[in-house]
Amino acid sequence: MNVHWLKKLRVAVSLLFLILTSLLFLDYRKMIPESWFSTVLSLQFVPSFLKFFTVLKISVFGFIVVIVMTLLFGRIYCSTICPLGILQDVTAYISRKFRSKRKGRYYYRKAKNILRYTILGITAVALVFGSTYLLLLLDPYSNFGRIMTYFVKPLLVWVNNLLSPLLARINVYYLYPVDLKPIKAAVYIVPVIILGLVLWLSVTRGRLYCNTVCPVGAFLGLLSKFSLFKFRFNTQACTGCHLCEFSCKSSCIDVVNRTVDETRCVTCFDCLTSCKLGAMNYTTRKALKTDPVIQPVQIRKSNRKTFNGDHDPGKRVFILGSLAFLAGIAGISKAKEYPKNAKPTTIPEKKNFPVTPPGSLSIRHFTDQCTACSLCIDACPTDVLQPAFLQYGLAGIMQPTMDYHSGYCNYDCVRCTEVCPTGAILPLKKEAKQTVQMGLAHFVKENCVVYTDETNCGACAEHCPTKAVHMIPYKEDLVIPETTDDICIGCGACEHACPTTPFKAIYVDGNEIHKLAKKPKEEKLENPLEKTEDFPF
Amino acid sequence: MKRRDFFLKSAGVGLGLGAAMSLGSFKTLTAGPSAFALPDMAAVRGGEPDVMFDRAIAAMGGMGHFVKKGQKVVVKPNIGWDVPPERAANTNPLLIKRIVQHCYQAGAKEVLAFDNTCDAWTKCYKDSGIEKYVKSAGGKMVPGNTEGFYQEIELTQGKRLKKVKVHELVLDADVFIDVPVLKSHDAAKLTISMKNLMGVIWDRRYWHRNDLNQCIADYATYSRKPDLVVVDAYNVMMKNGPRGVSKSDVVKMKAQIVTTDMVAADAAAAKMFGVDPASVRYIRLAHEMHAGNMDLSKLNISRIKI
Repeated sequence: MNVHWLKKLRVAVSLLFLILTSLLFLDYRKMIPESWFSTVLSLQFVPSFLKFFTVLKISVFGFIVVIVMTLLFGRIYCSTICPLGILQDVTAYISRKFRSKRKGRYYYRKAKNILRYTILGITAVALVFGSTYLLLLLDPYSNFGRIMTYFVKPLLVWVNNLLSPLLARINVYYLYPVDLKPIKAAVYIVPVIILGLVLWLSVTRGRLYCNTVCPVGAFLGLLSKFSLFKFRFNTQACTGCHLCEFSCKSSCIDVVNRTVDETRCVTCFDCLTSCKLGAMNYTTRKALKTDPVIQPVQIRKSNRKTFNGDHDPGKRVFILGSLAFLAGIAGISKAKEYPKNAKPTTIPEKKNFPVTPPGSLSIRHFTDQCTACSLCIDACPTDVLQPAFLQYGLAGIMQPTMDYHSGYCNYDCVRCTEVCPTGAILPLKKEAKQTVQMGLAHFVKENCVVYTDETNCGACAEHCPTKAVHMIPYKEDLVIPETTDDICIGCGACEHACPTTPFKAIYVDGNEIHKLAKKPKEEKLENPLEKTEDFPF
Repeated sequence: MKRRDFFLKSAGVGLGLGAAMSLGSFKTLTAGPSAFALPDMAAVRGGEPDVMFDRAIAAMGGMGHFVKKGQKVVVKPNIGWDVPPERAANTNPLLIKRIVQHCYQAGAKEVLAFDNTCDAWTKCYKDSGIEKYVKSAGGKMVPGNTEGFYQEIELTQGKRLKKVKVHELVLDADVFIDVPVLKSHDAAKLTISMKNLMGVIWDRRYWHRNDLNQCIADYATYSRKPDLVVVDAYNVMMKNGPRGVSKSDVVKMKAQIVTTDMVAADAAAAKMFGVDPASVRYIRLAHEMHAGNMDLSKLNISRIKI
């Protein structure tokens, strides 16, 4: 059986998944409807797995589908659904366009079993004990998300912001400038390392990342041992020409022994296409126990050594390139200068807890469940969600937090709760969200303009959607803010709007466990013009 | 009045005028300044937002009095908040649509609308209904979301506000129309036409930090004043402004004020709201700084009841 269409199908499906998944992260204009997110991401293994055990609903069964698929067909997940895997295929493909055929060859290598099963084992044990920290660092979907959010999106927005003023000059406002909030440089550490590793390994060694670092790859590899369809040699037809081996990005085809290591095979079908003799089969049948007709040519060791990491000039270029890129990003997102107030404020904001997004129940639930894929950060229309640096501790680096200096939570918006694929932020209806108290506003009178300058301001009360922050009489014409705790939802509008520097006169301290806020009271009001049909002037 | 009716009636009036002109002298028939003086302000009660504007602008001499053929018109509604039209935190979208239509009928080359919003701007534009209504009348929505759009100008008469960054659209416009909604306001008491112009500048925080009322009055002295002010008092937020908490903050006042003087507009609207204009500090300050006239007894007001 020699079915070339299988590879074409694999490429088509994988590109579709890659494009759709990327769009979710790159949609900086928030045009994609919320309902698409769960559909597109339903088959992502780690998010679906985590969500399943949170909501305990059979409707979140994506990871079961992947397991069944693997038991039938091998690791096709890694070749068609996993965005990080497909991204590596793309970079490997492109890099090979710039190399001779010979230089672009893959060679069979021994599996790095100790490394990959150790990583899988530690990740699994940690998970059993309730820590998702390693998953956060290693989950391929989340790493892909961060690559999109931290590198590709800023680039896209930068291009957008170059083009939009040019178009505005001819009165075309279809592209508008986007004010992307800068991500702290320190948070870039993990994404830079992972991106570097993924690019380097995919260009030099194909899918080595997936067969050493990735715990999902290792797990599905174990399952693949039992899969129904496998790649098998027809030893009678094989001439030992090594073409399949040269095409195998997993380096798992051992032509000498006529075996395929199914634990590392990502079922890309490249070997099927490469074999002109029909000697490589994707079949359910067991291999015939016959001796090979022709012994293969042994490949010389010198040929195998295609790449020597220690002396590679590309490495230096790569590191320099990354540094330049980082500098570029820092340049794009240079901090804005605010004019100072007449009298600088003196009392620092005292925040005991960071604020977690609505629907995340508690800091505990949120940090346990979130793999920091950054999708909610990209989906948030107000940029209030930003990656944390040390707010949740070192283990919570990159997990999103509500940053009220960057934005504030829109009262009517529940977008993050609808897009979160892992169940860290659980779905909320608009009405329910409006009574979730994520934190509480605290007023520092000594920092307030009304107190220090004796002039009216009221920016905080102006922005408050529930009037938990409202103005009360102070001196003569002056009014000063007051807070009502039981209707405050901790959305941060007051903190964001407060104009004092360096410290705000009103700030939100997070609730460790989210509480229920009361609904604001309503009262019937009179129309002042009702009594007369005339004009009051 | 439906749009179709409006067009039919306008055409009818035109035909009548044409027929009359063939009979006699042109000048005595059209309402030119020589025939009788135009009012300083038109105040309307009891109609729908679009109908009230038709009547008011007709009393003010028609839109052709303000917009000439081929001109670029910029309309500044209040689109500050991400709330639906019935909450009255933003200017009534139907009124904005009718103003855009009048501008085009008067021969405007293009009509643009924008606001530097408080809530997320794309959501405000959409959920206020204003984006849809402006576009349906052939107008264009322009973003105001980044500092790049704003150019620094000097306020020679400003006391606390000496320099401010203003949206380039306002500086480029041939005709600038300020269309606020009348609302209660936590810190400034009321927000009307002068306060609405906080949405054409970039750094609002500076105003809040440096005597908000004085800054509002300072900006009202800027020489690029609105050519026309239309105060929407159809749905009026009596409490919890400027954002409002629920629909119960709103009463149906069904009123409108059209004038060229922001201070007069704000004074008249304050009276409708039941507030003494002199008790609103920025109105008093603006009057004292000669940005306009809050003494309504000195004005020729056309009062229209529908």
